[in-house]
Amino acid sequence: MSENIQIPTMAELAAKGEKPEVLFWVGCAGSYDDRYKSVTRAFVKILNKVGITFAVLGEEETCTGDPARRAGNEFLFQMQAMANIQVLDGYEIKKIVTACPHCFNTLKNEYPDLGGNYDVVHHSQFLQELINTGKVTLKGGGEFKGRKITYHDSCFLGRANNVYEAPRKVLEALDAVLVEMKRCKTKGLCCGAGGAQMFKDAENGKKEINIERTEEALETGANTIAVACPFCMTMMSDGVKNKEKEGAVKVQDLAELIAEAEGLNG
Amino acid sequence: MIAQLAFVAVLGFFGYLLSRRILRIKKNIQLGKPQTIKDNPSERWKTMLLVAFGQKKMFKRILPAFFHFLIYIGFILINIEVLEIILDGLLGTHRLFAPFLGSFYTVLISFFEILAVLVIVACVVFLLRRNVAKVDRFHKIEMKGWPTLDGNLILVIETVLMIAILSMNAADQVLQDRGADHYTQTGEFLISGMMKPLFANIAYGGLVALERAAWWFHIVGIFAFAVYVTYSKHLHIFLAFPNTFYSRLEAKGKMNNMQEITNEVKIMLGMSTGEDAGAPPEGMKFGAKDINDLSWKNLMEAYSCTECGRCTSECPANLTGKKLSPRKIMMDTRDRLEDVGLDLQKGGKGLEDGKSLLDDYISREEINACTNCNACVEACPVNISPLEIILQLRRYVAMEESAAPQSWNMMFQNVETNFAPWKFAPSDRFKWADELKEK
Ligand code: SF4
Ligand code: SF4
Repeated sequence: MSENIQIPTMAELAAKGEKPEVLFWVGCAGSYDDRYKSVTRAFVKILNKVGITFAVLGEEETCTGDPARRAGNEFLFQMQAMANIQVLDGYEIKKIVTACPHCFNTLKNEYPDLGGNYDVVHHSQFLQELINTGKVTLKGGGEFKGRKITYHDSCFLGRANNVYEAPRKVLEALDAVLVEMKRCKTKGLCCGAGGAQMFKDAENGKKEINIERTEEALETGANTIAVACPFCMTMMSDGVKNKEKEGAVKVQDLAELIAEAEGLNG
Repeated sequence: MIAQLAFVAVLGFFGYLLSRRILRIKKNIQLGKPQTIKDNPSERWKTMLLVAFGQKKMFKRILPAFFHFLIYIGFILINIEVLEIILDGLLGTHRLFAPFLGSFYTVLISFFEILAVLVIVACVVFLLRRNVAKVDRFHKIEMKGWPTLDGNLILVIETVLMIAILSMNAADQVLQDRGADHYTQTGEFLISGMMKPLFANIAYGGLVALERAAWWFHIVGIFAFAVYVTYSKHLHIFLAFPNTFYSRLEAKGKMNNMQEITNEVKIMLGMSTGEDAGAPPEGMKFGAKDINDLSWKNLMEAYSCTECGRCTSECPANLTGKKLSPRKIMMDTRDRLEDVGLDLQKGGKGLEDGKSLLDDYISREEINACTNCNACVEACPVNISPLEIILQLRRYVAMEESAAPQSWNMMFQNVETNFAPWKFAPSDRFKWADELKEK
């Protein structure tokens, strides 16, 4: 089935005079990070399977400016944002889905002040919608039955935007056993990468934040740590490696889990 | 008559101190930049009612919330009695309200007495919790010295004030029983009624002296307390209300847009800047170096902080031993405000004293450790955002000084030249798809 995977760009569709239902904003991590590229691909497979018309910007996409803004460089952020808004508006984009909570937060909450108004959803919300409307039907049972999964809240999805339920609903649909960590939802502990920490070493301290969080995740006894953010993915994977548990515990994104359940990983 | 004059003098003295202090705090807050917060009044009233009046966020931790609620309710209601005391003091009357309210007065005072006992219980619990149970967040570095003393002092003062009320009422009732004139019959109060035996053997003169002493102690104590509060974290008992009214209502993840930069960027990109963008005002800085670069709302938040440390106890940076403590960010901002204000009051240089909030109070290491996780904002019982101040300081460092950490500067460079925070070629951006297409 892989032969007919379609990944149209906005430019291609525009040339044909077509418009997609939704733009998939891939994000820098989704484009370049080796681990997260597989999340991007899993999500694209799902989009293909359910037959939603979508497009990506391809090489026309650039950083939303989020890391620059959080590190204090408002000027660079706004330059990026304005350039992106020009591209998005040029294609008359209305709806955007992204697998990155940082892109999600910036596009949704911060671009409007600069004139970019779009209906932005995170892929966890998009997946939940697909499940609710029956476009993705998970048979239940199967290999997820009884598998213990814990979900690590991304700060930029959770506290920053109050999205706590969608990712959990997606996991529940897998028929897996969802076990919560001690600190979850509004009290969820950060992975340590937000606020541009991803792009520098941590300040001096007693411990790395991702180790603290990984320990908490491992305490649940889950064999899968579900994440919904590229930075959380990196931090939690590093944490699991540090604890030498990569054989027993997998860190996976929601889209990867759904793709797996749908048998799309061929 | 002499007592009345003395009372007026005391009232005037404390009234003067208090109003001077309130004016000073108001001026200090006005050192901040203007910010208009007018949207959504109904949502704002609701937030204030729920969060300040209803203490909604306190109840995330149920036990302290319960005892805190006792003190809070006790404080509000017992103040009704203070009104009577002030009127009595001015008019030379005694228990002015009693004849009007009749037996309801007895019920009312008895109810206040129950509250007084509950307040004492709560204060004792809190004192034990602070000093014996060693709750971690009360012993962080920023709590050394005055903040810890302040926390304890207030609990002791409240306990003593409550004991004074009860003693006053008990002595009063013994006097009533003996038919002393001037002591209006009120019927027996619930708690102090039980304390009567303690005072039964004291002679008339001693009893009157005791009752009066307790009365004076109580009311002077309350006045002094009111002034003290303005120097203490307990200012939150008033400021929690405006502070929650002016809460941020937007998504927590949204950073405030800098319009002055938007105008510049638009000019650079050859876009129209709309109405009256104009050149940025002379001497304008980007971000914040000192308190006058923050908005008045940030400064009011600093005065509203209860120093409870709920923010710090949830901060991932602090939990893992970094220097950053969101509570310290608020306390430092307040300290700087107080230092500048005090200096101005003395005719000193104020803001031009060669110091600034950044570096002299808050270090770069602290602001650099923040992950923008919003745990502090979520945890704060009075809706303070330490994060906003951190981000404003970061903006100053990055834009005015170009002194962000080296790796951030490299990230900026990558975003500028490669349009991604990492050093990858823009032409490789769509390579992830190759694998899917080729198959
Ligand atoms: S936003 Fe920053 S200061 Fe607040 S809790 Fe998170 S890391 Fe700590
Ligand atoms: S900022 Fe809020 S949570 Fe933190 S110490 Fe002050 S009142 Fe408590």
